[in-house]
Order: sequence, then structure tokens, then C-alpha cells
Amino acid sequence: MTLLLSLLLVFAGALAAPWMVRAGRGWLRNLLLVVPLGAFLLLLGGLPAVAAGGAVSLQLPWFPSLGVTLDLRMDGLSAVMGLLVTGIGALIVLYSFGYLGKHPQYGRFASFLLAFMGAMLGLVLADNLILLFIFWELTSITSYLLIGFLHEDPQSRKKALQALLVTGLGAVVMLAGFILLGEVAGTYRISELLGEGALLTASPLYPAILLLILAGAFTKSGQVPFHFWLPNAMVAPTPVSAYLHSATMVKAGVFLLARLHPALGGTEMWTGYLVVFGGLTLLTAVVLGLFQTDLKGILAYTTLGVLGLLTMLLGVGTELALKSMIVFLIGHALYKAALFMTAGAVDHETGTRELTHLRGLRFAMPLTATAALLAALSKSGFPPFFGFIGKEAVYEAAGNLGGLGWGVLAVAVGGNMLMMALALKAGIAPFWGRPSGQTPKPPHEGPFSLWFGPLLLGSIGLLLGLVPGLVGPTLVAPAVSAMTGAPSEVYVKLWHGFNLPLLLSLLTLAGGLVLFRLRHHFWRVAPRVRYFLRARGAEATYDLLFASTVALAEWQTRTLQSGRLYSYVRIVLLFTVVLVGGAILSTSLRLAPPPLPGPIEALPAGIVLTMIVGAVLAAVTDNRITALLGLGTVGFGMALLFTYYGAPDLAITQLLVETLTVVLFMFVIYRLPHLRHPSRVLIRLRDAGLAALFGLCMSYLALEAITLNLDTPISERLAAMSYPLAKGKNVVNVILVDFRALDTLGEITVLVAAALGVAALVTGGLRRRRRKRAE
Amino acid sequence: MGFLVPILIGVLFAAGVYCLMRRSIMKLVIGVMLISQGANLLVFASGGLLAGSPPLVPADGQEPVAPFGDPLPQAMVLTAIVISFGLTAFVLTLVHEAHEAVGDDDTDAFRSTDT
Repeated sequence: MTLLLSLLLVFAGALAAPWMVRAGRGWLRNLLLVVPLGAFLLLLGGLPAVAAGGAVSLQLPWFPSLGVTLDLRMDGLSAVMGLLVTGIGALIVLYSFGYLGKHPQYGRFASFLLAFMGAMLGLVLADNLILLFIFWELTSITSYLLIGFLHEDPQSRKKALQALLVTGLGAVVMLAGFILLGEVAGTYRISELLGEGALLTASPLYPAILLLILAGAFTKSGQVPFHFWLPNAMVAPTPVSAYLHSATMVKAGVFLLARLHPALGGTEMWTGYLVVFGGLTLLTAVVLGLFQTDLKGILAYTTLGVLGLLTMLLGVGTELALKSMIVFLIGHALYKAALFMTAGAVDHETGTRELTHLRGLRFAMPLTATAALLAALSKSGFPPFFGFIGKEAVYEAAGNLGGLGWGVLAVAVGGNMLMMALALKAGIAPFWGRPSGQTPKPPHEGPFSLWFGPLLLGSIGLLLGLVPGLVGPTLVAPAVSAMTGAPSEVYVKLWHGFNLPLLLSLLTLAGGLVLFRLRHHFWRVAPRVRYFLRARGAEATYDLLFASTVALAEWQTRTLQSGRLYSYVRIVLLFTVVLVGGAILSTSLRLAPPPLPGPIEALPAGIVLTMIVGAVLAAVTDNRITALLGLGTVGFGMALLFTYYGAPDLAITQLLVETLTVVLFMFVIYRLPHLRHPSRVLIRLRDAGLAALFGLCMSYLALEAITLNLDTPISERLAAMSYPLAKGKNVVNVILVDFRALDTLGEITVLVAAALGVAALVTGGLRRRRRKRAE
Repeated sequence: MGFLVPILIGVLFAAGVYCLMRRSIMKLVIGVMLISQGANLLVFASGGLLAGSPPLVPADGQEPVAPFGDPLPQAMVLTAIVISFGLTAFVLTLVHEAHEAVGDDDTDAFRSTDT
């Protein structure tokens, strides 16, 4: 129940946020902090049970008919993510007070932020594939709103859409994978599914399931070649970047893979894809990051690198690798969110994020500088920070593998070196050295809300490094056992003794420092690299796809939606002829046997032939009077046919109406020019052919309708009741004014409406003409 | 006799839709009128065609003597005739006013006139 409560609390906060911000600028707004903090504490309350090897779960029927239940479950893995989401979320909310609090639409922002938090929390707590998918999509949508929050900026809108499209399309593909997965395993409940690993990996559908799900996870977590959206999403306000693009949303893909590891992991295919793509992402990201001069850009690329590393570790999949993954994930969330927040604080208080202008800020912003220093040291993996433990764990895991491990180890060491250089660039470079004096605003320390969060996170990074026992048995071990499916005995320690990992750590530190010293060399060529990426990178492919989709849509709209009535009619007719004609030819509409031609009587035959001539004449003539005559022939012919076939009432009505129509037609046509034929002969012939085919279909259908002898109980009952009940001898009249009187009332209403319309048009026209004449 | 009226219905529809595909606005009205007639005739004919036996109760009887024409389609068509008249009157006026406003009877000229 605590799980549902925490979810509801966050979503309720999202609903209430705009009001709370508007109603009271001060204390009521600050009350928003209660939401993530409350959720954090609720989850924390469930932690002892999780640490003891159990799980907190809840099942509520949601759409029982569809088999969708609201299954929530917190095991070790969900607990790690859930605590990060709510805990860092609380600091982000606080941070956003200082960063965006004065923005006129801050209420909306807070609402989006909390809605995202709820979606993310739901995602990590969901114990049902469909439910997980729903929350997954919700994070995409809310992140779209958050990235595009500064919507006056076209770049902001464009990049937000890009993130939405990439992650959204991936998610659709992933849904297909989920459905296959659920069908093969016979259940959509994740906790049940995890026990079906043997069945799933042996299934012939396994490669399809894995590839489809990887598409979702890789797009969400920015793996190569979908990495481009994440750096682009840096157009978002910094609280968003710090929250979504470091600690939470981008980790959703990695989380999903970790979640499904017991079900899908352990195969060669799994290891191959994850290690290769993860490694590629790590190397691509950190190399590209070297050429960045934008503070947030650097952080975005290192985030990508970490996501690659985490994916790679998941691919390796040994207990040590999974342990190192969790440790690294926690460490990364702590220092990366802190670094983003300090970057935002620098941006906020100096007016720029260009590293080339930022130096020596430690004098003006000592607290921010301390926070950045703590985070950067943790990120670089200096002992005794938590980041050091994470890195050691990675090296230990890779070093114990042999074969494949050496490749992983080499990639990890290289990647870490570069990441360290980037960490120093982002966390140290702006604050040390002589002040540059080139910032748009004179630098000064930000308010409490801007430095408290990063400082706290940085300190936690140090604290956990010194006392790793705080998280080892409570978080890391349960999370690892959730991923291996077996109780885990992992220990998280700072000091492992003199061994290979320590040696590699020292190597990494040395390499990172060298690369950091060389940073200006990379910056010199940065513009050229960025230009090349724009022209040739993965984003260029995305742009091309995007542009061609738009072009296709435009072409299709232009072709189908020409705005010309006749082309719509042509399309409708064409499809009717093809579908109805096809059905007739394939005999599915041949209800009754075609009737034999009976004896032809001269009178009706004469009437029909005259009418045919009249109709054709009206259609093809370009003479107004001929058209009128043709129409009149058809109309009066109808009256004659009604008379002949025993419908005197119809005949009388038709005569009256036809006379009025002719008069009206005469009146209008008199003021119009002759009927021209603006279209070419060939087009007219084509249309005539199409019309003829349509007429043929209609003739056939009419023939069937006449021949078809349905029971006529209604008509016979009506005829029988006519005199006894309604005292009327004309059955048709009785039907109209008695049995179906309401229809007749409707008919009268239609006529009144038409008359009103005509009157309005005529008087309006008269007024206009009078005005024209007056002018 | 059974196939003459269906042929007429087909011709009325064909002529009508042919007119709908023309650019001249007056042809549009003619098309609508022809299709109305075709539709009325189709409904009427679907009740079965029986020459010279209207559904009337004889002066001394209680109900019409079989065989008689189906009264229900007749009632419906009667309603339809009147409504198509309303439609025709409205469309005719509309076309007239539109022609006054645009100054052309080619529907291709009717593309940007919200005046």
C-alpha cells in the first residue's frame, strides 16, 4: 500500500502544483517539497523488508477484462531506482525554486516535473509489462513537456520533439517485444516472468523479443546510434537536465534491461549486443565530449558514456559485473546530478556556460565550487569517494572474466580516463585559475536552493565512499539479487588491497590528468568536429528521415486534399466502383438470381426512355435551357412513373415540387452565364467512363433490391391497421400523418430550415448588392 | 419489365455523378438534382413495382385488396421528394449568391473567398 500511496502522492502533487504556486508565492510553494520527500520516506519505510531479501508488493485489478492489473512491486532494484528518483527529485524541486522560481509559468513547470517524477516512479515500481509500458510512455511525454518548457525558443521545441520521437518510436517497437514476451512466457507479471528465463531463452522467438526490447531500451538510454537526442535535450532548463538526463529517465533503458536480465540475459546474443553497443556508446560519447566547450554539453556526453558503461556491464552479466553496475549507477546519479546543478548555478549566476570564459569562480561562488569539487572528484574516481569504489568494482568485474574481459577492461579504462578528464573540465576548470572577468554577469554565489542540493549530493558521495556499508547490504546486495534471481553475497568496500584494479585506477587517474591538461588542444578543433557531426552524424540521418516524412505527408495532402470538390468526388467514386464492383463480380453480393426479362410494356418503356434522354441531356449540355428541359423531363417523367406504378400521392407531390423547382431553376439560371466546360475533353471522357461504371453498379444493386423479396410484415400490418385504427383509406397518407407523424414533423422542420437559409441568403445578397450600388 | 427501371436508376446516378465531377457550379446543382431523383426512384422501386394498384382501402372495405403497392416506401419517398425540394431550393440560392460573390461559375475560382 505504501507503494501506491507514494505514487498517488506524487501525482496529486503534480495536479496541485500550479495552484500551490499561484496561491501563495512563499510557503505554499515550498510545501511542494513535501511531495518527493514524502514519497522518499514511504519507500524508505519499505527498505528493511527489501534488504531482508523480500519485496513489497501490491496487486489491484485495473482492467480485469484485458488482464491488466495494477501490480506494484519493490525489490532491491526498484528500491535503488525509486529512492534515487524521489530523493534526487526532492533536491531538484528545491533547486528549481532558485533556478526557475521567478518564471511566470513556474507552476506549470513544477506540475510537469512532479508528473514526470510520478511516471518514473511508476516505471520502476511496475510489476506488469503493460503497466511499465504505460509509465514508460508517460515519462517520454512529460519529458517532452519539460525539455520544451522554454517553448518560445524554436530550438527548444525542435529538440523536445526529437527526444519524444526517438524515445517514443523505440517504445512502440518495445511494446511489440513486450507482447511477444508476455505471450511466450504466458504471463505479463514481471515477477513471474523472471522465473521463466530458461523457457524464454530457448524459445524460437527469443531473438525477436530481445531485439524489439533492445530498441526501446537503447533509444531511451541513448545508446549508439540513438545517442544524439540526449546532448540535444540540453536545451531544457538545467533542473530538467539534472533530473531527467542524469539521474532518472535516461537510466530507464538500463533499468529495463537490468529488470529483465533474469528472463532474457545470459545468452550469447544478449552479451554480444549489450557489450558491443555499450562499449561503442562509451567510447563515442567520451571522445565527442572532449570537443565540447559547453558545460552542460560535456555533462551530457559523460552521461552517455556512463550509460554505455552500464549497458556493457549488464551485457557481461556476472555477479561482480552486476554489482559494479549498481554501485556505478548510484555513484553516477549522485555526482552527475550535483554537477548538473552546479553547472546550472554557474550559468544562472554568471550568464554563460562556455568553458572558455569561465575561470576562477571559486572566489565568487565558494559553496558551489565546493559542491562541484566533491562531485568531480567522485566522478573522477579519486579515493575515498564513492566513484572510486564504482570504478574499482568495474575493473574487478572485468579483470575476473578472462577472454572477453580484457576487451571490456580496455574499453572501461579508456572510457574512464576520458570521463575523468571531462569531469575535471566540468567540475574543476570553471572554478580554478585566475578569474577571467569575461562573464556576462559579475559572478556571485547563488541562493541556498542552488547550492544546497549539489553540496548535499557531493557530501553523500564522500560519505558513502568512507562508509560503503551504508548502502552495501541495504541497497546493492538486494539489487544484485534481484538481477541474478538468487540471494547475493556482495560486499562493497573501499580498500581492496594492492591488486590489478588499484593499478588500473592509478593508470586511469594519470591518463585523465594528462588529457585534462591537453583540453585546449581539443577545443581548438571543436568547431570543425561539431560541423562534421552535423553533416555526417546520426542526427543527420534523423533529420533526413524527419524531413522526408514531412515531405511525404505534404505530398500526400496536396494530392488527396486538393481542395477541389470534383477530385474528392472522383476519389470517392473510384473507390466505390472498385469495392462495390469487385464485390458484385466476386458474387458475394449476388443475393437473388437475376430475373428473366419479362414482357416489355410500351407505356413505361416510353417514359423510361424519355427520362434517360432527359438525364443525359441535362448532364452533357452546355445550354442552360436545354439543361432545364432535360431536368424537367426527368422530373415529370418521375411523376408519370409514380402514377403508373400505383402511387398517386407521390405523383401529385412530384408534379407540384417539379413545377416549383423549374420556376426556381429558371429564376436562378437566368442570372448565371451559360454552362461552360472548363475541363478538357479527355478528362470529361474519363469522368464519363467512371460515372458509367458507377451507374452500372447502381443499376445492378437496384435490380437486386427490386428482385429481392423480403418479408413485408410492416407494410401489410400498416395497410391492415390503416382503416380500423386511423380511419383513413389512403394508406400512404395515414402512414405520413399518423403512424409516422414524427417523421413528417421532422420533414417540415427541414423545410423550414431550408426556407430560413434561402431567406437569409437572399436578403444578405440583396443588402450586399444595394451597398455595392451605393458605392 | 423488371430491368427498365433499374437501368433508369443507373443512368440517373451516372449522369448525376458526372455532373458532380464538373467544374461549372451550375452542373453541381444539376448533379445533386439528378442524384436525388435517382435515390427517390431507388427507394420507391425497392418496394417492388406493381402497375396500377395503389394502396387504397376500397370505399366499402376495411383494408386494401391484395395485391397492392407497398405503402411504406411510398411514404418514405414522399418525404424524400419534399426534402430534396428543400435541398434543391437551398443549393440553388447558395449557388446564385456564391456566383454573385465570386463572379465566376468555375469552382476552381472558389478557393480563397471567405468574403
